[in-house]
Amino acid sequence: MIEAEGLTKFYGSLPAIRDVSFRVDTGEVVGFLGPNGAGKTTAIRILTCYMPPTAGVAKIDGIDCFERSLQVRGKVGYLPENNPLYGELTVQRLLRFAAGAKGVDGKRIKNEVNRVTDICGLDKVSGRIIGHLSKGFKQRVGLAQALLNTPPVLILDEPTIGLDPTQVVEIRKLIRELREQHTILLSSHILPEVAQICQRVLIINKGQIIATDTPANLTSQLQKSAQISIQVRGGLERLTSALEAHDGVQKVTLCDRGRGGLLVETDRSRDLRPEIARIVLEQGLDLLELKLVDLSLEDIFMQLVTEEAAQEGVQP
Amino acid sequence: MKGFMSVYRKELYVLFASPIFYVVALTFLIIAGYFFYNTVAFYNLLSFQASQNPMMAEQLNLEQTVLRPFFLNLGIVLLLLSPLMTMRLYAEERKTGTLELVFTFPIADRSALLAKFAAVVTALALILIGTLPGILVLHSFSGLNWKLVLCGYSGIFLLGSSFMSLGIFTSSLTQNQIIAAVLSFGALLMFWVIGWTKPLVAPTMAALIEYLSITQHLDNFAKGVLDSRDILYYLLFVTFFLFLTLRQLESHRWKG
Repeated sequence: MIEAEGLTKFYGSLPAIRDVSFRVDTGEVVGFLGPNGAGKTTAIRILTCYMPPTAGVAKIDGIDCFERSLQVRGKVGYLPENNPLYGELTVQRLLRFAAGAKGVDGKRIKNEVNRVTDICGLDKVSGRIIGHLSKGFKQRVGLAQALLNTPPVLILDEPTIGLDPTQVVEIRKLIRELREQHTILLSSHILPEVAQICQRVLIINKGQIIATDTPANLTSQLQKSAQISIQVRGGLERLTSALEAHDGVQKVTLCDRGRGGLLVETDRSRDLRPEIARIVLEQGLDLLELKLVDLSLEDIFMQLVTEEAAQEGVQP
Repeated sequence: MKGFMSVYRKELYVLFASPIFYVVALTFLIIAGYFFYNTVAFYNLLSFQASQNPMMAEQLNLEQTVLRPFFLNLGIVLLLLSPLMTMRLYAEERKTGTLELVFTFPIADRSALLAKFAAVVTALALILIGTLPGILVLHSFSGLNWKLVLCGYSGIFLLGSSFMSLGIFTSSLTQNQIIAAVLSFGALLMFWVIGWTKPLVAPTMAALIEYLSITQHLDNFAKGVLDSRDILYYLLFVTFFLFLTLRQLESHRWKG
């Protein structure tokens, strides 16, 4: 549904993105992840036909974003970064304008506006002036505007930025409800968000895609060791040395002396949990807790970004 | 032209929702009223003198003494105020980022631009209608030649539209409304006074300068001469600056 091939954009002599290629299939929800300034917005602006790329081809539904821009724009609902809206209009009027601009027939405009007002929970504020609304409501107006005329593709640039935690949860819920009808590409620099909503993640850094996979696969690929966290009551020092002596254990770190917490790093090839439990019991200690720790997306992200930096450091 | 009407309606709404339009309209009408009063009072004085001098009475002409200076004066007031009506159009959208919405809606830049232009020209027409009561009062006293009045109003409307097109262009150059207003005011003033150098340059140049001078063409309308060259001048002026605006928007797109 969304195809990018070799997208490159220069601002003057400064490259914002270099040779970015990816595709999003129909019905997928894909997260575009990267630190601020990585080039997420630039890539998104090319896909939404806001600006043409310096090189490369972007296509939505097989139609070239540059050659047949108007046609593509009719297929994309877009929530731009920082959600710009006409502050002096009422919610109703803005949505009517947007519906008209998106080519909804005069007769259908009212129904269409009512539909997105319902979806986004804007009924109570539809007569209010946008400039006076809270940020959460503004964000919903931005989303409502993107949903007008049911575009097959939704592109959301940082949909939850600047919202308070409850509003963030609400917007995420809304996006999750939308995935049945739309192919969604959303950008974010908040990792748990992407992990929660998206089926696939594209990680971009310094204008280049450095990884793309499901959140789960990314985790397993990058996790070089399995980490097991245990909590025991009793002599930690003795246990530490016993564990370190065991075959397959790479490293044992004390993480919470007061509560008796240890973090054991082991080979990924086999599951050492039963053996660790046995060792604890053999030492005559009480085992309170034992669990496998997954790398969070944050760790993966940091790992990828820092690995990149390290590689660059090696090259002359 | 899909989307033209929705942008047009939105622009009018935004225009009438902001206080700028009302302040500009009020200021315009007060100053226009003052000029109108002065020309009428002057005519009054002349007719008083003419009542004692039959030779002078023959030459006395209401249209030439009142309407012609009145329309020229309207032009000056428009010169001062029209940059304030157009400065917002693109500069504000660039500043608040709403241009990104317009640029990604399925509307051609051309339609959106024409809709903006149409909206601001509509506002201009409304303001000009506001000056009609004075003309009607004058008509009730002495009866006017309506063809002349219509000719004068067409001239001032075309002049105003030209001002608006240049204003839209400068507004598309920057995200700062004040810069947009200053640039358009400066450019308009230049078009207004360019005729002053006519006596100082070579004849070919002088002809060109005379053609470029925006006042020269207005004066023809004001005195009741409807010349296709003058109409063409204003139409070309509008087309040229709208075209430049389109090119500027396109370049803005590329730069991002």
